[in-house]
Amino acid sequence: MSENRPEIKKKKREPLSDRRKFILNMARGVGLVTMGGFVWSAYVDEVTASTLLLRPPGAIKEKDFLKTCIKCGLCALACPYDTLLLAKPGDNKPLGTPYFIPRDIPCYMCPDIPCVPVCPTGALDETSVTTDGVLDINIADMGLAIVDDESCIAFWGIQCDACYRACPLLGEAITIEYEKNARTGKHAFMKPIVHSDACTGCGLCERACVTEKPAIFVLPRETAMGKAGDYYIKGWDKEDEKRLENAGEIKTTTEISKQSAMDSLNSGMEDLY
Amino acid sequence: MSLSRREFLKSSAAASAAAAIGMSVPSELEAAASEAEGGWRWDKAACRFCGTGCGIMMATKNGKIVAVKGDPAAPVNRGLNCIKGYFNAKIMYGADRLTQPLLRVDSNGNFDKKGKFAPVSWERAFDEMEVNIKKALKESGPEGVGVFASGQYTVMEGYAAQKMMKGGFRSNAIDPNARHCMASAVVGFYQTFGVDEPSGCYDDIELTDTVVAWGSNMAEMHPILWSRVTDRKLSDPDRVKVISIQTYTHRTSDLADTEIIFSPNTDTALWNYVAREIVYNNPESIDWDFIKKHIIFAAGPVNIGYGMRRKGEKSLKDGKYSAKEMEIIDKEMKTTVSAKEAPALEPYGYKEGDTMKHTPGTLGHWEISFEEYKKSLAPYTLDYTAKIVKGDPDESIESFKAKLQELADLYIEKDRKVVSFWTMGMNQHTRGTWCNTLSYNVHFLLNKQAKPGNGAFSLTGQPSACGTAREVGTFTHRLPADMMVKNPKHRKIVENKWNVPEGTLNGVGKQHIMAIHRGIEDGLVKFAWVNVCNPYQDSASATHWIKAAREMDNFIVTSDGYPGISAKVSDLILPSAMMYEKWGAYGNAERRTQHWRQQVIPVGDAMSDTWQWVELSKRFTVKDVWGSYAPSGPRKKALPSVIDKAIAMGYTEDTTMFDILFANDTAKSYKLDQNDPIQKGYDNSECYGDSRNVVGSDGKVFEGYGFFIHKYLFEEYAAFTRGHGHDLAPFDVYHKVRGLKWPVVDGKETQWRFNAKYDPYAAKATKESGNSHAFYGTLAKALQHGSLMGKDKASKKTGLKNKAKIFARPYMDPPEMPDAEYPMWLSTGRVLEHWHSGTMTMRVPELYRAVPEALCYMHPQDAKEKDLKQGALCWVESRRGKVKARVETRGRNRPSRGLAYVPWFDEKVFINKVCLDATCPMSKQTDFKKCAVKIYKA
Amino acid sequence: MATLWNSYRYLVLRRVTQIGLLVLYFGANAWGWTILMGNLSSSRFLDFVPMSDPYAALQMLVAGAVLATDLLIGVAVVTVFYLLIGGRAFCSWVCPINMITDAANFLRRKLEIDRIQGSKQPASRNMRYWILALSLIISAIMGLTAFEFISPISMVHRGIVFGLGFGWAAMLIIFLFDLFVLKNGWCGHVCPLGGFYSLLGKFSLIRVQHYEENCTLCMKCKTVCPEHQVLHMIGKKSLPVLSGECSNCARCIEVCDDDALGFSIRNLAENKKTGE
Repeated sequence: MSENRPEIKKKKREPLSDRRKFILNMARGVGLVTMGGFVWSAYVDEVTASTLLLRPPGAIKEKDFLKTCIKCGLCALACPYDTLLLAKPGDNKPLGTPYFIPRDIPCYMCPDIPCVPVCPTGALDETSVTTDGVLDINIADMGLAIVDDESCIAFWGIQCDACYRACPLLGEAITIEYEKNARTGKHAFMKPIVHSDACTGCGLCERACVTEKPAIFVLPRETAMGKAGDYYIKGWDKEDEKRLENAGEIKTTTEISKQSAMDSLNSGMEDLY
Repeated sequence: MSLSRREFLKSSAAASAAAAIGMSVPSELEAAASEAEGGWRWDKAACRFCGTGCGIMMATKNGKIVAVKGDPAAPVNRGLNCIKGYFNAKIMYGADRLTQPLLRVDSNGNFDKKGKFAPVSWERAFDEMEVNIKKALKESGPEGVGVFASGQYTVMEGYAAQKMMKGGFRSNAIDPNARHCMASAVVGFYQTFGVDEPSGCYDDIELTDTVVAWGSNMAEMHPILWSRVTDRKLSDPDRVKVISIQTYTHRTSDLADTEIIFSPNTDTALWNYVAREIVYNNPESIDWDFIKKHIIFAAGPVNIGYGMRRKGEKSLKDGKYSAKEMEIIDKEMKTTVSAKEAPALEPYGYKEGDTMKHTPGTLGHWEISFEEYKKSLAPYTLDYTAKIVKGDPDESIESFKAKLQELADLYIEKDRKVVSFWTMGMNQHTRGTWCNTLSYNVHFLLNKQAKPGNGAFSLTGQPSACGTAREVGTFTHRLPADMMVKNPKHRKIVENKWNVPEGTLNGVGKQHIMAIHRGIEDGLVKFAWVNVCNPYQDSASATHWIKAAREMDNFIVTSDGYPGISAKVSDLILPSAMMYEKWGAYGNAERRTQHWRQQVIPVGDAMSDTWQWVELSKRFTVKDVWGSYAPSGPRKKALPSVIDKAIAMGYTEDTTMFDILFANDTAKSYKLDQNDPIQKGYDNSECYGDSRNVVGSDGKVFEGYGFFIHKYLFEEYAAFTRGHGHDLAPFDVYHKVRGLKWPVVDGKETQWRFNAKYDPYAAKATKESGNSHAFYGTLAKALQHGSLMGKDKASKKTGLKNKAKIFARPYMDPPEMPDAEYPMWLSTGRVLEHWHSGTMTMRVPELYRAVPEALCYMHPQDAKEKDLKQGALCWVESRRGKVKARVETRGRNRPSRGLAYVPWFDEKVFINKVCLDATCPMSKQTDFKKCAVKIYKA
Repeated sequence: MATLWNSYRYLVLRRVTQIGLLVLYFGANAWGWTILMGNLSSSRFLDFVPMSDPYAALQMLVAGAVLATDLLIGVAVVTVFYLLIGGRAFCSWVCPINMITDAANFLRRKLEIDRIQGSKQPASRNMRYWILALSLIISAIMGLTAFEFISPISMVHRGIVFGLGFGWAAMLIIFLFDLFVLKNGWCGHVCPLGGFYSLLGKFSLIRVQHYEENCTLCMKCKTVCPEHQVLHMIGKKSLPVLSGECSNCARCIEVCDDDALGFSIRNLAENKKTGE
């Protein structure tokens, strides 16, 4: 039977020429590669989409980090507190990249920052944690602590301060705001306030927080903070003027202005009268 | 800034040309030099938006404004801004900025009313304007040339426009959009004080114990002042009380201790109730010593109509108004006294069911006795007042009465300082003038006016409604510095100052903004020019005016930065320089005048409105405009020719208005000088020209006037103010300080007018008497006598020098109220995020994103009854028209049942098609706050 | 015993190397050893010599990352090393996946699965080069190291050193794939890292050499060879195995009972080839 069918085919069709075969094979190859490429890209995009990761000190911007980190784990090896983990399959984080979970093990902010200099690729950038040629963990930016004042018991008037006292930059990264407790008339609220300019995101506060789920927690700075842009300068703050260096020419478009003036002026009068 | 070689050659050519005629090098190259260092320049300016008058700083880099900051030295805002102020620079750089003149043309390039817009040169634009103005003058006289002016003009622009209109064209048909916003306050000031503008200042906020917001959403419309009120409240929460008196709940109520929701228009009853509580129930609280020395009592007619069209007007006869519209317009002639208003009108001789025949609105009034005044208050018992005033049908009458009592108690409480603030709620009102005067009554009776922390204080809506529209006098009836068109002495003063022949100025100033619109519809006004406003979006009964502009034989010109509705409706569009592209000055609600310099060169071929007016003046000679004119429109007498007098003054028939009004010898004495620290390094496109080399009105590159025209215009205007209690400081001083509150006497500003302690004019007037106050305004300072029922025609006029007036004024119904067919009140207004008609702020992506469209705010139960879902589209329909808007039952504005609120910033939700153009018959200010609508599913 | 050693000597050596390296890496994490720190992507030998995966570095380069000096030195070390000992020597001597795929292959032979499927393989061995190219394209477009986020090699290796997570599933998938789907599927068809080393291996020094004169055409070598196409010269000509796809695993050498195969140095082999 297998001999008959090619016979029939032969009658109906010419055998494929080598040239045609080659072209078809190429087309098939290209098709498969394209298909595979899309599946692969989609997968990679998905697994790197996590924005809520806390990276080791000195980590460059997440976008660059994903292309620069070679996932060797040398930083994790260097960490004396086992703070740093490498994302495993199942962690749902960009595979193999280092991160930490402050509620489990926060960053203890070693002054010699052993995790950073060992990085072979510069994904952890030594210069970003160096002041005047000396390593300086206090300028690290792993994230920013956020207080949920609904669940923070200090905002209920309970005297807690656990986060404040745990803070390695106490008085700078977290300060206490005093406010009268009108309900009792004789006590004060002592509310923890995080200062984004000083907070390194080490997570010692999150670790220390006494609520069931921490009421103070670290988020990546990109996630935790907005951005006012370079357009408006605080008139009362001389320092703020630095932002002007980035300010440039403005051009705006909205739904109202997307049409050219001539087109909108020459469009009909239907809606007007 | 990168100067290309070509640009460099061009600018050096300009520089050498400038040097040849004795000027210093303009700023362009200098700026290029400083910016080559990669830096930026900060300079002070005022905020473009509301009447608060915040100070800002602008950073300029490479010839563009790149950043803004609040001016920490500005006393009003101390470096803060609201979110509109935050975007002061971004408003200038929208993608569809108008950059060249556009004219409606046919396929051959000739003007065609039905044609499409096409770019034309400035020369062509002025050609068309010249032809059409001459045509209008010929057909209708000066009354045929109209200008929609603005409370957003710079002082200089307003002055230039007014000078050319009144001194050149002899036309008083110039009226600002401030008519829509401040006119009732102005007439209130005139009637009460004999002079315009508030006695207090913003410092009252920090000094008072009580802030009462009457029909004013200060939290959204004056955000920076509101933050000062909030601070005051927080600093002493037990002592300081905030009362919010509104027709619907909004952000201002959030801070308030008490919120009083009143039924639209009944605020007049509420003020009278407070006065009655004082006079009847707490007579000991009246400061009789103050009253006797400073106050007289007065009354005027009540049957003054509602400022709508009167029977017999051309467009009514022509049938341009539908039967439905006529149902309301007919009330202009006569109404039937309703059960609601009857008790209030009883002291004036009316009872329920009477027909009230209305005469045209009049400012006339006469002196009455205190007893008569007391009689006028009799009806406003707590019961009657609560019954007609209560605005929330779901509130119990008892709780409402308690609030009214509390309100009266707060005013009356001895040693309690009270400031009453209001804005559009009391002004946009068919009895707006009355309501304004009623506010002063309460404050006067208690001697709580014109004192630190005490006073009724009218807030302005626009950034220079005070500074330009009112003080410069770009109203139809006004001349600079509180002088009046109809006063021959005032006209003479102005004619002398302007060096125009005696008799040039037209003495009939009755073409207020609605009269211009109506005049266009009647065919009287043939030429209209829109300056710094958007009258085709911001006027009620909008359909009529747009139709008249588009379909009748007339020529409408709009100068604007962006293509708004007014531009679209026009025949010619002129691209205007925006605020920071020109030198200017604004005056805010507390009499603070603030100047700024030109920060950048305008975009495209845009030029300032001052330039446009001055260039237009070049097209008209003595013989073109100063001949005689037959009676026309409101002017019943002929206007004689002054050409002979002009020739006697040394002008010829061919002397241009430019030479007389703008480029005269005085003007030329204001020298350009790059060594002057105020001018040094700053552009001045009108005076030097600029690197764009704009081809001007004569087809040649515009190279500047060669003298400092802004300084000239300001100083000439300021000269009118000095010595009359309105004194402005010299031009140069304003460039060194953060604004000054006039009267500025001996270099010192004035915080509280009329108060002898603070106001040098009051001090002078009370030198002999030793009185605490002097209400030295000069208008209507001699009155006949009479009663509530009328004037005693035989009585003699007696003077009331240095005295103010308390007026007897009743509650009256507005002309249109909800009925079976149109069962809902409609109120309109603004939102914090957008400025007026949104032409600027709707182009700022951040503000657009925040509030992209106007919503129809209503009570959830109303929505439910009409089967309207939150977020669904509904029709808002009145007798005049309908618009589609999205239903909002949550959020910032929370009306009670029976009222809907729709903001007017959104040209796509064109709510002014729905609104009624009834006005206060005295102030001619439109009541945008109330009409009757039905709302149903779209 | 000697025969047994003879037939498995390289296999044993390879397993010792593979496991030994894993132990050294693991020890660095567990006990702080400093002989080999990191993992196969990048590591430090004796806490001094950097070593980095050149293929990973290539992906970083096309993704637009700035390559650090340490990394470049590491790449140079590794590249030179494999240029000496044979590109795909990594695959058979270092890569932990090799143990999995060898096991699958062994079982496949024992179960005679080939006989079910017939001898025709459903996929081309050139696939790995396509995948290699694709990984670079995706890296360039998405701006990240595309293969490194899915690589079962680093997943398994990192897993063994730092903790496995669901990494065992990847190991199982490869095992089952090689066993039931495609003979020599992962290492011989799919793995772009193998593909990369194949390209590198074209130039490497140590080569397997065939001595035709000794060949008895028993074809044992072809049976055990995971890349049997590289042995096209068996019984035909005395030639070195010049294809980069040869992983120098030396299974052919040890199964050959006739001394027809052995290691040689590239230049000598080539001299021979030219018949000198």
